[in-house]
Amino acid sequence: MPEPALLTLEGVHTHIGRYHILHGVDLVVPKGRLTVLLGRNGAGKTTTLRSIMGLWRASAGRITFGGADITAMATPDIARRGIAYVPETMGIFTQLTVRENMLLATTSGRFDEARLDGVFALFPVLKQKWHDAAGGLSGGQKQMLAISRAIVEERRLLVVDEPTKGLAPAVIEHLIEGFRQLKQTRTTILLVEQNFHMARSLGDNVAVMDDGRVVHTGTMAALAADEALQSRLLGLSLASHQ
Amino acid sequence: MRWRIVSGDRPGHPVATALLLVLLVALAFAPFLFPGTRSVAAAARICIFIVLAASYDILLGYTGIVSFAHTMFFAIGAYGVAIPLANGWIGWDAVLAGGLGGAALAAGIAAAIGLLSLRVRKIFFSMITLAVASLAQLLATQWRDITGGEDGLTFSLPRILSPAFRLLSDPVLGVRIDGRLITYYLIFAVSLALFWLMLRIVNSPFGRVLQAIRENEFRAEALGYRTIVYRTLASALSAGMAAIAGALMALLLRYNGPEATMSFAIMVDVLLMVVIGGMGTLYGPALGAAVIVLAQYYLQPGLQALSDAAGALPLLPALFHPDRWLLWLGVLFILIVYFLPAGIVGSLRRRSRA
Repeated sequence: MPEPALLTLEGVHTHIGRYHILHGVDLVVPKGRLTVLLGRNGAGKTTTLRSIMGLWRASAGRITFGGADITAMATPDIARRGIAYVPETMGIFTQLTVRENMLLATTSGRFDEARLDGVFALFPVLKQKWHDAAGGLSGGQKQMLAISRAIVEERRLLVVDEPTKGLAPAVIEHLIEGFRQLKQTRTTILLVEQNFHMARSLGDNVAVMDDGRVVHTGTMAALAADEALQSRLLGLSLASHQ
Repeated sequence: MRWRIVSGDRPGHPVATALLLVLLVALAFAPFLFPGTRSVAAAARICIFIVLAASYDILLGYTGIVSFAHTMFFAIGAYGVAIPLANGWIGWDAVLAGGLGGAALAAGIAAAIGLLSLRVRKIFFSMITLAVASLAQLLATQWRDITGGEDGLTFSLPRILSPAFRLLSDPVLGVRIDGRLITYYLIFAVSLALFWLMLRIVNSPFGRVLQAIRENEFRAEALGYRTIVYRTLASALSAGMAAIAGALMALLLRYNGPEATMSFAIMVDVLLMVVIGGMGTLYGPALGAAVIVLAQYYLQPGLQALSDAAGALPLLPALFHPDRWLLWLGVLFILIVYFLPAGIVGSLRRRSRA
């Protein structure tokens, strides 16, 4: 029996200034699964995520989260409903410490110690850098901080934009392991990723975007097994990116 | 533990800590260390401008808001005290009601401006504050029945603060314990308490959100913070603090008028104090306030002394002529900005981290 949908986009259009970026995106993110959003550069993946968060306002269509219409909601209200967003730029507050960055992501202003220990187990380096300014972290450490900030409290959905961009292979492996452990907690995740190795390792479901639309949806296993489909949708084979 | 009591926030460099401690001791014992009306007046001004500049730092340094209406709030506090006292309501109740009423009014106006205009782009918000400040200046000069117009308002203070009042018949350490001294210590105590309060605020969860907004407003929104609410609260808090500083200024001068608390020159001074001291540090504006007020008070006599000393030499007496004090003040600013681009405390902190 398929998992119920947690997030649904129906015919979402988004304009940025005079540019029409999303041309009717339809997407379903099932509860408790990791859905990967694939597509070439400029396909509209980041705009889709920003539209979900209300950072770009959808000009038409409907976005529902947990059954509630969030299309016209303000970003802080969407976040308070339990969606954590990790942008491509990571959005680290560089002048604040690692601890302060994490504290800002809590709703109560206090840490749940057990959960914090879980975060440290996932990314031990953050414990070492706890009182250091976040601006001094390496790219990989910043990404770990950005993800940790999203999981420091229980969220209903994690929306993560290209976490591996610009990172060294060893760090990527570490991140994959982190996501794998997150998956075991049945956290619902929507992940935009260009690194096919990571996408294939983690994805339960996949949606492929092109030119502002979702052109394919299905299971990651099916896409990974069908080289012709990969070639048609993405212009390359996943096998060549392992 | 010691720093927890203060705020948990340290100056960040031994030199900055030393400078701040020297400033604190100098201000705490100013009437005894530097006796004389002029030096005590300078010390009182430093106290008041520390509050004014630090409150502006909450806006500019911690939240990234550029407002030109800060002296308007300073003036509202000053008029809050001046109007009842000038109209014959002379008493502590008038000072308290005027000062706190002025602070509440300033916070209310700042919140209204914030809610109406903080949504617009930063430069437009700055222009709106400039327009509101100009309007307030016009109101202060034209509404003569209430504000005294260009001439301002002169008034008497409660008896204990009047210069003729003597608390003790004999001097202590050669200093008369009179109304002026009590006024100074009232200003010092209130300024110290307000500065401590601001330190606590900027290092509280609220202050952290302000810093997050300054750095990345969209990211703060995506974390669930209504940035417009936080920016408006910061604006109101800063305006309230500025108004209390204005009330203290009215007590010091026993006078208030548009030039005394509302002029654009004061706004420029406050900006310089924050930039020279170091934006977003709160300690920096305290040092900046001391630098600027001391320069305003002592640069001219200092140049006079230099000019006299160089009397026989060519060119130098003219160069150090006291009338050129503004030129030397400008040179001082350029040197500080060039060698300490993040301000005194900001640059020292950077070196400490490096």
